[in-house]
Amino acid sequence: MKKVAITGMGAITPLGVGARTLHARWSAGEIGIRDGEAPCAEFDPLDFFSRKEARRADRFTQFGLAAAQEALAEAGWDGEAPYAPERTGCILGTGIGGIETLEDNFAALRDGGPERVAPLAVPLMMGNAGAAAIAMRHDLRGPVFGVLSACAAGANAIGAAVRAIQCGDADAVLAGGSEAALTPLARAAFAALDATSAVGISRPFDAERDGFIMGEGAGVLVLEDADAAGARGAEILGFVRGFGTTCDAHHLTAPRADGASAAAAMSEALADARIEADEVDYVNAHGTSTPLNDRAETLAIKAALREQAHQIPVSSTKSATGHLLGAAGAIEAAATLLTLRERVVAPTLGLSTPDEELDLDFVPGQARPLEVPDGMPGVGVSNSFGFGGHNAVLVLEAA
Amino acid sequence: MSNYAATNSPNERSTTMPTTTDTATIEKVIFESLETFGAEPTMISREASFEELDVDSLDVAELAQIVQDKFGAEIKSGDVPQIKTVGDAVDLVAERAS
Repeated sequence: MKKVAITGMGAITPLGVGARTLHARWSAGEIGIRDGEAPCAEFDPLDFFSRKEARRADRFTQFGLAAAQEALAEAGWDGEAPYAPERTGCILGTGIGGIETLEDNFAALRDGGPERVAPLAVPLMMGNAGAAAIAMRHDLRGPVFGVLSACAAGANAIGAAVRAIQCGDADAVLAGGSEAALTPLARAAFAALDATSAVGISRPFDAERDGFIMGEGAGVLVLEDADAAGARGAEILGFVRGFGTTCDAHHLTAPRADGASAAAAMSEALADARIEADEVDYVNAHGTSTPLNDRAETLAIKAALREQAHQIPVSSTKSATGHLLGAAGAIEAAATLLTLRERVVAPTLGLSTPDEELDLDFVPGQARPLEVPDGMPGVGVSNSFGFGGHNAVLVLEAA
Repeated sequence: MSNYAATNSPNERSTTMPTTTDTATIEKVIFESLETFGAEPTMISREASFEELDVDSLDVAELAQIVQDKFGAEIKSGDVPQIKTVGDAVDLVAERAS
């Protein structure tokens, strides 16, 4: 099986612009949540696009394009592409797609009639718009499509890209996730489900947790056939060693209480990576701050990592960024790789009242050095789970 | 950034509808629309081609909506091949304006 290298990372998050900004600010204890939401306040589309490009892209597509630009620059690929266009692709997950465009145009329809609906409505709101826009901008003509698995979509997209490279469908794929759903409808709909925090605090694994905080943004990784990346002299940042994906097939929103299918995805990913539980140095939890997820995920981690589970630091990026829905798995993959590369475990912020049932090492308080056995590269597991019972798990290794 | 002309309030129609549809008014509306679409303002003229202004079929669809709304002039996708320049568009709208 071909080895898949990561040669570039990009992220637009509530903590700022840039994948390194995300990890550095999270490690410093910064939180991107304001008034109960986590917007990408530092993102200005005109830093990245012409006026024409910006108005041809819903905000979720803009995030994806900007993250892709950063990732390709790091991969040394912002001028001439190192592969034939037909051998390159883009797979981008999203929870919802261009919901701001949908809401604007529905308002236009309601208030002004059908002739008020914009010709750009469909091309901007469709869930594959992000992948298509990135492909168009960078002339990627191989496998290009969107992935829908709610809050697991970013990780599922990366997993699909890994398989595309391993199967020989492409030499390089830009993969990740994007979301921009801080809109009245999405806000009301998640609140109606009691999924979001009523008090406006993200505190994964804390006894007082009461729901997630909605965030927005995008993460994109440049994935390449490791041999091809080496041959072109690219700097390899790390590897996607394993991927596992399962479905609870249980309930539209609630996870299986025992976390069994999530645990199965973790076990599949470790088996795919041919890595044993005692070789895992870090777990980046899905850790949403909802009562149900955090309990089931704790059980899943224990089931998959067995007696090792208590020895491994587990932290939640969502404690700093809120929940980026379909982008979460992608920015968290970047954060996981940076944890391994920088050897700094960022903390689960806001965790002050331990929940008796949730007894793993959730790294409360502040960042700490990542312990990796001498001579080893560092291995991390990134969990992503979504409404619909989707579970997607990545095993990453630093180069 | 994803708001565009089509989400104007419907009441705007009555206030912006010119009483007589002269070519200068049509030209002004089309020039402004092209600028909104992202065309370089200094390049917009009657002689400029849609190609050099980077105006594509999606822009034309938006433009059609605007001129239908303001002047009652219907432009169909079948008209697109004969619209090469901004002037062609202005003339076609003037011809069909109600």
